[in-house]
Amino acid sequence: MLRLTVTAIGLASIAVAVVAAAEPPAGAVSCSGCHPSSARVTSPVVRLNGLDRAAIVKAMQDFRSGQRTGTVMDRIAKGFTDEEIQAIAAWYATQR
Amino acid sequence: MTTSRREFLKLGVAATAAMVPLPAFAQGAASRVVVVGGGFAGASCARALRHTDGRIAVTLVEPNATFTACPFSNAVIGGLRELSAQQFTYERVAADGITVTRATATAVDAATRSVTLDNGTRLPYDRLVLAPGIDLRWGALPGYDEAAAAQMPHAWKAGEQTLLLRRQLEAMDDGGLVVIAAPANPFRCPPGPYERASLIAHYLKTKKPKSKLIVLDAKDAFSKQRLFQSAWSELYPGLLEWVPLSKGGKVISVDPATRTLVTDFGRHQAKVANVIPPQKAGHIAEVAGVADRTGWCPIDPVTFESKLQAGIHVIGDAAIAGAMPKSAFAANSQAKTCAAAVAALLAGAAPASPKLINTCYSLVAPDYGISVAGVYQPSGGQLADVPGSGGVSPAEAPRGARAAEAVLAEAWFRTITAEVFG
Repeated sequence: MLRLTVTAIGLASIAVAVVAAAEPPAGAVSCSGCHPSSARVTSPVVRLNGLDRAAIVKAMQDFRSGQRTGTVMDRIAKGFTDEEIQAIAAWYATQR
Repeated sequence: MTTSRREFLKLGVAATAAMVPLPAFAQGAASRVVVVGGGFAGASCARALRHTDGRIAVTLVEPNATFTACPFSNAVIGGLRELSAQQFTYERVAADGITVTRATATAVDAATRSVTLDNGTRLPYDRLVLAPGIDLRWGALPGYDEAAAAQMPHAWKAGEQTLLLRRQLEAMDDGGLVVIAAPANPFRCPPGPYERASLIAHYLKTKKPKSKLIVLDAKDAFSKQRLFQSAWSELYPGLLEWVPLSKGGKVISVDPATRTLVTDFGRHQAKVANVIPPQKAGHIAEVAGVADRTGWCPIDPVTFESKLQAGIHVIGDAAIAGAMPKSAFAANSQAKTCAAAVAALLAGAAPASPKLINTCYSLVAPDYGISVAGVYQPSGGQLADVPGSGGVSPAEAPRGARAAEAVLAEAWFRTITAEVFG
């Protein structure tokens, strides 16, 4: 029984990994219009690829609540739910 | 999750590291996607398709060897930037394994799923993506045809027209009258005429301060209006006048020989006239049967598949994208969303419901930027604003904030063009 549970968790995490790698969550692909996906681009806008997941979540939540002032991110963050922010942050954390 | 995707995951897990093709591919050759139009929408979509699934054979059909970007072309007109900074090639696009075909699509057979090119080639497809941008409605404004554009440039497709308008401004004596005619909605780049007015006003203020600029508008309201007008009264008082529809702003005919613009209220004889005419989706959309009576293309908000023809997707300026404006950012966002949907459909999976973003910066002066941003989702068969999100830059802001937005505007251009063409 224990082994079955472990196997199930293993499969589930592989499945999540496959989905995470293959399919960006809703909204994620739009970010790279301003956040450079290439490390070669010079921009004051932070590159999200490989960034710490919790840091992305906190930034988005702070922009949304108004705790952090943004130029456009305050307006954009208000369009995303906690779940969507979590998914986008998790996806970018795995991108290189 | 759809059944097919669940099946795929099961297969993938069972086969561990082996390359497991998606069900659709397991049954035959690689899927073929043809993308028509190599602008922000088309080039983005072609590349996103390849990045999403390297097994999809992607052909990009584009007649020009060089792409000339419209965003920031107003800075070229205002003498702040060279046209070469707007130009990009398709080398990196081709390096992604995309077949870049330098030709014009002339016909689409939606029933047999093929595109015909002007060089005689017939390209079969499993899914077709049309990203043709805009065409100008020649003749919709009496007197304004292709010949008239040589006298009164539209400069609404960047390139020679951009340079022509700039040269006319440079050749004008100080004290001349410049007139911009702005069209009714919808049209490419809603804040564009007003950014252009701003940067021409900046040029005149700097180089020809006795001159005057009038914007004749076919509407009573426009994008970022309060921000533009507040900045105009601060930066260009007495130099720039905006005449709305209700005050006789609508141009009803033009005479290119005398550079005269006629409204219901009078005639304006300009030294330099910039006529931004009514527009419609690029010609191939009409040929393919995906444009409706408005001249634009109704689409499904999840997949960007045409509501008029199965198997054909329309993205960018040509599409009726609900609350999303016709902007380069929106085109890029739509392109990547469409690519994911097309890849899913080819794999026999159900596309996920998307969220899209738009951000548009406008320069009112070289160091004065303003923006509008929005977040969109499918709602009632259209792309609608996510309630509570989006909006324009604050009405009251220190000049430092405007300067910061001008810097971000340039950074945006570098970033998006690097993604699409770099």
